[in-house]
Amino acid sequence: MAINAVNLTEKEYLLPGNRLCPGCALSLAYRHILKAFEGQVIVTVPASCLTVLHGMYPVTSVTVPCVNTPFATTGASASGLVAGMKALGKKGLTVLAIAGDGGTYDIGIQSLSGAIERRSDFVYICYDNEGYMNTGNQRSGSTPLGAISGTTPILGKQQSPKDITAIMEAHGIPYAATANACYPLDLYEKVRKAGAIQGTRFIHVFTPCPPGWRFPFSDTIKIGQLAVETGWVVLFEVEGGVFRLTSASESIARRGKLKPLREYLSRQGRFKNITEDQINELQTSVDVRWKRCLNRAGNK
Amino acid sequence: MTEKTQIIDGNRAAALGAMLSRVQVIAAYPITPQTPLTEALSEFVERGELDAQYVAVESEHSALAVCTSASIVGARAFTATSSHGLAYMHEMLHWAAGTRLPLVLACVNRAIGAPWNVLNDQQDSISQRDTGWIQMYARNNQEILDSVIQAYKIAEKVYVPVMVCYDGYILSHTEMPVDVPNQKDVDKFLPPYKPHTILDPNNPKNYNLVTLANPRLNAEGVLCHGYMEIRYLLQEALQNSIDTIVQTGREFVELFGRSYNLLWKDGMDDADIVIVAMGSLAMEAIAASEMLREQGYKTGVLGLRLFRPFPKKDVVNALRESRAIMVFDKNISYGQEGATCSEIKSALYGSGAKAAIRNFIVGLGGRDVTAREIADAVKRSLPSLSDTTLNSEYPQWICHI
Repeated sequence: MAINAVNLTEKEYLLPGNRLCPGCALSLAYRHILKAFEGQVIVTVPASCLTVLHGMYPVTSVTVPCVNTPFATTGASASGLVAGMKALGKKGLTVLAIAGDGGTYDIGIQSLSGAIERRSDFVYICYDNEGYMNTGNQRSGSTPLGAISGTTPILGKQQSPKDITAIMEAHGIPYAATANACYPLDLYEKVRKAGAIQGTRFIHVFTPCPPGWRFPFSDTIKIGQLAVETGWVVLFEVEGGVFRLTSASESIARRGKLKPLREYLSRQGRFKNITEDQINELQTSVDVRWKRCLNRAGNK
Repeated sequence: MTEKTQIIDGNRAAALGAMLSRVQVIAAYPITPQTPLTEALSEFVERGELDAQYVAVESEHSALAVCTSASIVGARAFTATSSHGLAYMHEMLHWAAGTRLPLVLACVNRAIGAPWNVLNDQQDSISQRDTGWIQMYARNNQEILDSVIQAYKIAEKVYVPVMVCYDGYILSHTEMPVDVPNQKDVDKFLPPYKPHTILDPNNPKNYNLVTLANPRLNAEGVLCHGYMEIRYLLQEALQNSIDTIVQTGREFVELFGRSYNLLWKDGMDDADIVIVAMGSLAMEAIAASEMLREQGYKTGVLGLRLFRPFPKKDVVNALRESRAIMVFDKNISYGQEGATCSEIKSALYGSGAKAAIRNFIVGLGGRDVTAREIADAVKRSLPSLSDTTLNSEYPQWICHI
């Protein structure tokens, strides 16, 4: 049975009233991620916006067991939780490692890559707000070309980000997917699917950030949807090597047309200094990727 | 009590100590001269002789991260490293102690770069002095094996991680006879680990949340510790661990017949000149002291087994009546002096001791330290004791400059 807003479990594992910014897509994503696991997880989390969501001692906004771990160690910490449970014969709990883009693309990539190569059995979720937002918006390996940040303050970032999902896929993992906090049911289904598979599973979750990207708090969902409608984000999963477009990306593929990227970029203050050349470069890379995805999905 | 004597090197002794302690998770990254230790452990696991998860991590930083997370789950975890590996673990050393996890780490002491050097000194572990770990040093391979087993007992009682340090090559790669306890006796000595951390969805806890400086109310209105109170408790645990370390030594001697305390004393009863050293250097100092005795000097040796917490009271009792204290350090706190010398001076302050203290920096980067050199250094320093300078501003280096 397909999951919809009516039959989604009512039980909440993320309590109302956390410390994140208004309009933060991470709250929405995390709420559905924890629902998908029905709370049967041990979460390990490095320094990130999620640490802020979790609260300050002795009060926390989550009702699942959590381990905080230093910035670079998310993959290793997950590996250690798995090894500890195996050593003690504890079964039935999934280890969920969840880190931001800085903690995944940059400082945490070594420990994550090592853990995957050891075929460690956990779900890794990278929620991507395209910068070091917890420290006030500095550029990360995920910040897009042309975006203004605290460390690219005038010219905007001069480089394109890495393709983290492709890097993870290249490790030969059994499940890799992209998701978007603004499509929570697609996210929910992917997390459930990942939860049932053995090995390291990776999900990249796009989480728009109102203060960092400079758009109104009320526009989070609109921005998230525009990202998919323009092809900035493509929703897909790769299970056992088989690529499949999902949710809105799958229906856009059937209808056959993306919106111009300019519609997405123009709504965000972080792109206010972007040049025409950069817009064209971004549009080209979106088109190339979209074509590649269509090819992989088999509908050319 | 039945023990088997084996001729083994220090790395093998540490590996056997870990196996006899029934470690459940091992995570380590190879580094000279620790490598044979981790190879031995992975062999025990692959042969089925040790029922543990061996996690072959991609770095030392991850090694300790795996151990901390495994320990939070409730597993007995072990790691080992040297030099740059220990330096790379620095952040996680703080994290492990801050979480009060009873890990045991074997540090095979090696010099640290730059320039590259794979041979022995104690700069690596001394540089980690302030991370909240208990640090003990072994003089020989028997002490390595026995200390690993004792370390778990101590760590799991006081919830403070323990670093068992031993000199690279001098011990790690040198074979000597070691009495290996049998498993039944070790099981009697070391009960299974009872974790203080709980990871259970029915009783969810969130470990190491952001903690403010001041105490704060929880959801039930109970005032909980701030960051500073949590730090105080770690300091208190280290202060109090002295009693546990002594008690553990007492229990050990009863079962295994080998006696362990905070310090090692040799020829101290009538000594007025005391040579102080830590690790295998303390054995060389005994040989030096014997030479000096033959020449009519009343020398003795104080070997430091415990560096953190520093056994102040015992050090004062041992040194109060000394006329001269000659401290040999295989480390240097740049711009100051050897670390153990500073500790000894600090311990003696206010004790009424009138001894002149001289500090020698020796054996860095594997430079050989012979008993004769130690004896000569002591003799050279004696004339300076007749003036009133109890302290010298900087240490003397036994090297070619």
